[in-house]
Amino acid sequence: MGMTMTQKILAKHAGLDSVRAGQLIQAKLDLVLGNDITTPVAINEFEAAGFERVFDKSKIALVMDHFAPNKDIKAAAQCKQCRTFARRFDIDHYYDVGEMGIEHALLPEKGLVAPGEAVIGADSHTCTYGALGAFSTGVGSTDMGAAMAAGQTWFKAPSAIRVNLTGKLRPFVSGKDVILTLIGRIGVDGARYQSLEFAGPGVAELSIYDRLTISNMAIEAGAKNGIFPVDDVTRAYVEGRVNRPWTAFEADADAEYERTVDIDLGQVDCTVAYPHLPENAHSAREGKDIRIDQIVIGSCTNGQLPDLAAAAAILKGRHLARDVRGIVIPATMNVYREAMRQGFTDIFLDAGCIVSAPTCGPCLGGHMGILAAGERCVSTTNRNFVGRMGHVDSEVYLASPAVAAASGVAGHIAHPAELG
Amino acid sequence: MNVQGTVHKYGDHVDTDVIIPARYLNTPNAKEYAVHCMEDIDRDFVKRVRQGDIMVAGVNFGCGSSREHAPAAIKACGVSCVIAATFARIFYRNAINIGLAILECPAASAAIENGDQVAVDFDTGVITNLTKNKTYQAEPFPPFIKDMIEKGGLMASLKAGGGAV
Repeated sequence: MGMTMTQKILAKHAGLDSVRAGQLIQAKLDLVLGNDITTPVAINEFEAAGFERVFDKSKIALVMDHFAPNKDIKAAAQCKQCRTFARRFDIDHYYDVGEMGIEHALLPEKGLVAPGEAVIGADSHTCTYGALGAFSTGVGSTDMGAAMAAGQTWFKAPSAIRVNLTGKLRPFVSGKDVILTLIGRIGVDGARYQSLEFAGPGVAELSIYDRLTISNMAIEAGAKNGIFPVDDVTRAYVEGRVNRPWTAFEADADAEYERTVDIDLGQVDCTVAYPHLPENAHSAREGKDIRIDQIVIGSCTNGQLPDLAAAAAILKGRHLARDVRGIVIPATMNVYREAMRQGFTDIFLDAGCIVSAPTCGPCLGGHMGILAAGERCVSTTNRNFVGRMGHVDSEVYLASPAVAAASGVAGHIAHPAELG
Repeated sequence: MNVQGTVHKYGDHVDTDVIIPARYLNTPNAKEYAVHCMEDIDRDFVKRVRQGDIMVAGVNFGCGSSREHAPAAIKACGVSCVIAATFARIFYRNAINIGLAILECPAASAAIENGDQVAVDFDTGVITNLTKNKTYQAEPFPPFIKDMIEKGGLMASLKAGGGAV
């Protein structure tokens, strides 16, 4: 029996010829990631265990993004603890205010993840790098702390779901709509413990940014990872960013999948996930009666330049509806600068939005746009759980940048085509 | 290794954001999470919970964020064991790593009710509902996982010379 792409990468990192689903392995890691919320707990565990050195100072990335720029004194203390640790061990990839970005946008941009690599991060959206043909998955702080010392960790090799993509996206439809549609079909635990292996002729129709958004939300279906094959789109992105040898792994023709889910990209429409689970998928055309108070465009899911471009295309020459607040958060400093250069920032400001420095901020109810009781937000983020963006009685509707922008103009959930 | 306590029952897809909201994650100190555990779906949980109590839930318990603060908050409240029909994978791994006992048992998850007295034998995987006089069989942990939980988690176990990272 052949192996999936994920199984091949894990076998390689475990020094084995093959692995089968369910097998427990020890795998070497190419990168260990943490942020300002999870790293302090990892450092405490690392120090309590008495470790004196990290396995490789060039293979650890610490990104201050969740509550940074520091939202309060305690958050400042957490960043300070991370900074002190990074300096003590001379960590190469420590990113703080001024050069930081949201971790899962920043690491691909800086070429810190390459196809075929194995990455763990103490952040559930570490699965984002599957878009580049890497194996990457989220873990907790203790696993991160142990991996910073050991450079390896244990995994159960996952079984797989093959997501067969065909067709071509229609206007206004993006990777966000594809992943919300998929989660709507299989549910928030539909891929629990499994890998989502994207395949089929439709893959070539998806930009690297669509793929990053799709892989990012694999965890929202319970998946261990969500991985795309390596093709010319991948190569064009990593060229000039990754300056080390890398390997493109391919699934075997006889790889075993527990099931196949078919998605015709041409049938996917703009999709909104209603509170309080990402699986509550609805067409953006159904939301005319749902008045909103805020839109958020950003996050590790949708804070890249093409995301801002899609929002700017809608907002150009338009203004937010009365009493709707608009918060735009470029995911990295590079995206921030390019958004200014390309005139998107002016468009957002003219439309009545604010443009923030990179931060995870409101996505997890941290800062920069917390909701009051009864308020509703259309957000390009990844979770709409109870209380996720603020008060326990507030509501988050997950959508693409185009839908969030159109909804901000309309004052209710809207399909971009409705603006005319 | 055995525990016994009063059950706090929850539904499906209890996510780590409601177990411990991100607004309290500005500290690495688990004792500070304990006073806010579950408050967004069960405001009085921290007032009711007693040392040794047991949490029982439906499918996909602990989904969402990878925050280890979630099992740490439950443990810091004094909960001795979480029984669910299924667990989300990162939570499952985190719970074991920090030494919070967890058991998957769909039958127990379906039948046990809020307020029941339940006992768990981790050696055999037998869950006993003392209130209803019923037993349910869960898969017991393999010895190395049981050892890790008894020692207080992965790092404590490593320090004690057990298991490989």
